[in-house]
Amino acid sequence: MAKITLQSLAHTYVQDPKGPEDFALQELNHDWNDGEAYALLGPSGCGKSTLLNIISGLLVPSHGRVLFDGQDVTDLPTADRNIAQVFQFPVVYDTMTVRENLAFPLRNRGLPPSDVQDRVERVGRMIDMTDVLDRRAAGLTADAKQKISLGRGMVRDDVNALLFDEPLTVIDPHMKWELRTQLKKLHHDFGHTMIYVTHDQTEALTFADKVVVMYDGRVVQMGTPVELFERPAHTFVGYFIGSPGMNVFDAKIDGTKAQIAGTRFDLKTGYKLKGGATKIGVRPENIRLGDHGLPARVKRVEDVGRHKIVRLDMDGLEVAAVAGEGATIPDGGTHVQFVEGGVNVYENDWRVAAENEQPLTHDKKDAA
Amino acid sequence: MTDQTASAPGAADHLPGDVKVADANARAKPGTRVNGSTVVMVLYLLFLLLPIYWLINMSLKTNAEILGGFSLYPRNLTFSNYETILTDPSWYMGYVNSMIYVVMNTVISISVALPAAYAFSRYNFMGDKHLFFWLLTNRMAPPAVFALPFFQLYSSVGLFDTHIAVALAHCLFNVPLAVWILEGFMRGVPKEIDETAYIDGYSFGGFFVKIFMPLIASGIGVTAFFCFMFSWVELLLSRTLTSVDAKPIAATMTRTVSASGLDWGVLAAAGVLTIVPGALVIFFVRNYIAKGFALGRV
Amino acid sequence: MKTDNQRAWLLVLPVLVLVAFSAVIPLMTVVNYSVQDTFGNNQFFWAGLEWFRDQLHSERMWDALWRQLAFSGIILAIEVPLGVFVALNMPKKGVWASVVLVLMSLPLLIPWNVVGTIWQIFGRSDIGLLGYTLDQLGVDYNYTQGFYSAWATVIAMDVWHWTSLVALLAYAGLQSIPDAYYQAARIDQASRWAVFRYIELPKMRGVLTIAILLRFMDSFKIYTEPFVLTGGGPGNSTTFLSIDLVKMALGQFDLGPAAAFSLMYFLVIMVISYVFYIVMTNLDKEDGQ
Repeated sequence: MAKITLQSLAHTYVQDPKGPEDFALQELNHDWNDGEAYALLGPSGCGKSTLLNIISGLLVPSHGRVLFDGQDVTDLPTADRNIAQVFQFPVVYDTMTVRENLAFPLRNRGLPPSDVQDRVERVGRMIDMTDVLDRRAAGLTADAKQKISLGRGMVRDDVNALLFDEPLTVIDPHMKWELRTQLKKLHHDFGHTMIYVTHDQTEALTFADKVVVMYDGRVVQMGTPVELFERPAHTFVGYFIGSPGMNVFDAKIDGTKAQIAGTRFDLKTGYKLKGGATKIGVRPENIRLGDHGLPARVKRVEDVGRHKIVRLDMDGLEVAAVAGEGATIPDGGTHVQFVEGGVNVYENDWRVAAENEQPLTHDKKDAA
Repeated sequence: MTDQTASAPGAADHLPGDVKVADANARAKPGTRVNGSTVVMVLYLLFLLLPIYWLINMSLKTNAEILGGFSLYPRNLTFSNYETILTDPSWYMGYVNSMIYVVMNTVISISVALPAAYAFSRYNFMGDKHLFFWLLTNRMAPPAVFALPFFQLYSSVGLFDTHIAVALAHCLFNVPLAVWILEGFMRGVPKEIDETAYIDGYSFGGFFVKIFMPLIASGIGVTAFFCFMFSWVELLLSRTLTSVDAKPIAATMTRTVSASGLDWGVLAAAGVLTIVPGALVIFFVRNYIAKGFALGRV
Repeated sequence: MKTDNQRAWLLVLPVLVLVAFSAVIPLMTVVNYSVQDTFGNNQFFWAGLEWFRDQLHSERMWDALWRQLAFSGIILAIEVPLGVFVALNMPKKGVWASVVLVLMSLPLLIPWNVVGTIWQIFGRSDIGLLGYTLDQLGVDYNYTQGFYSAWATVIAMDVWHWTSLVALLAYAGLQSIPDAYYQAARIDQASRWAVFRYIELPKMRGVLTIAILLRFMDSFKIYTEPFVLTGGGPGNSTTFLSIDLVKMALGQFDLGPAAAFSLMYFLVIMVISYVFYIVMTNLDKEDGQ
């Protein structure tokens, strides 16, 4: 197990990059702490698989360095980095039995047969496949195959990290929960450093201690699920996480006063702005409907079971708000209010902290 | 999106003269393996192309030069061999004849094979397995077995020395092949598409032509390629079934043997000209060749 | 899942009629000849299974059959490994890949007698590059005179002609392997050999079966190329089954024996086709799991 450090890492697939737009991965500096479970979250094509493959050594970065426990492994091939990776589609060696599959990485490393036998048995128990060890891997279901690929990674007891590249894509929905629970349990019991790539926010938020959100080739935020939810560092994070995503309005900010769509209101605190384009982001959960505030019209109401999503029109801007299941929704004209502390201010799409901002302490987790 | 913030700087200012980068790039292209593959491919292609080059080389020489001395390239470049062929109807009509029956065969093979392949890919019916197997045995049949009976059959129905005779004879091996390849491609199209189309009110014919055929267009292209290819390269049947009017170029080539010995230059030129249509056809289907050779079953 | 539908026969009917015309009628003619004898003048009389008995005891036919089996065996032993090896080294994508594909397919589209002609010229010691070079190197090479030269040339020609088919099939199989397999193998520290043995070979099994059997069938009925190159000689040393059959039927006009020969030849092919078909359908079933 190891701490993984990325130093000024960037990657381009282009031979002769002209500018940032040629980079699949923008320069980043980042530490992955030993024994923590991370999720790498972002839409397709945001560079998350590129980043994962650089860590595993399948891809050599065009710029920067990768360190494992302070040691430079940038030029080390995959096999020497001692990492395990589980891919989107289950990879098993069809012609081998489950046992041979699990033993394969050990035999390739020249371990004595008795050690191989022991470890395979142990991993077989860990992934709960003892009774099918001698079956041919080809005939098994997709989730069993994924467990084998996971087992092949864990059979080496000194793996530095376990990497997952959207491992649940081809798994049946009811098996997804089971596999994810098993992964969390394995993480809990053995404490491997885990990096889990996904585009599914629920998967990311439920699996990981820390979520790294990527967008357009760069890391836009790393934080706990609560941080991502309460204080999205970038309008994209606000929009991407949460269902529905954060409302983002173009706004004029002037001292402690803000103006959205012709209505001025009080922010109650100042922001250190540098004069860029400003926006205000408010989670639908932090919007209340009432008699005063910003005038808006209710367009439609979607009942999703546990709560209602109200779609409003505010002087041409679309607003989504979450209301309790029992709440009565006014028909037509109403007003929109922002819950105190639920307002985030963005300058050029990046979050600007309020002058009196306190660190997040409360541990409420009502994200999803 | 603007990016002036500290957490997301552009990386462009790192680029030139960075030693580490050079190292990393060198590793990204593992030298020995790629070179090994290139060497293998170059050697193999050399092996393939050398005999063809030699044919072209001969076709550009005069007979005097061919027999006069050994040379790796034509010293006195001449196109007279090609001129001989392209100005003499008894030569170039050979090409025309070949093209006619090859195209006829391709059209016939595909038009009968399409509905049959659809039936095999979608339905169970009495004797389907046996029928499919029987079709395949014809693909495997040695043309030599059929040469004489074909000759008698087509003579007795008055089709001897016609293009259609050769086209029909080549159906013996091309139709089974066409059914086989098309079936492989059709199996890859989900059956739900058929059902949706019927629900949308398409008749079988309308569905087949407007929806299904575009879906397997690449399969049809590949099949046409193979029918073309096998009809084009076959000689035994086409030679047996023709004498003058429909004589294929491949058979015409035997003319170069005369009292004065072989006319090597013209023979080589005729050979080169038979390669051209194939080369053109390959170019058009190059992206599907590999899948096609696997008969749509990869 | 397929549905039962007897009307599907209607869709198959055109093929049936066409192939029946091209195959069944001629085949009946062959059967007819095989059980009759003639003294010329188009007068035939019943000969029963005489010709079949004759052919079964004919040294000439057995010789041709052994030559045929030896030829098919040798070219398979060369073309399959070589084709796989070439496929493993083919570029995966890009312009270069297209170029290689087109160049490799070239021999497959050359009329078979031209293939013979190409090698006929190429191998001659006076005007051919191969023959001339070997001659200069002091190798005793002459494909029209020497037994070994003739066999070597016929085999080289077939390898030249058809290895690309095996390579293209194997390549198609390789193309269907997702990158993740190779990446997993690197993580598992698999050797190059292990990657081939446990990933590439299993994935190529289906297409290689097709390749081997296609090559077996086609080599088993080879006629034109060796006929143009050596005419079956020197002596009878490259007289394969089809060449012998055509000599007998069209050259000597021994219709009865030739017909019996044809039917037995066809029977051998049928048996092999059947094995082929069974293997293929079983493979398809396994893939469908």
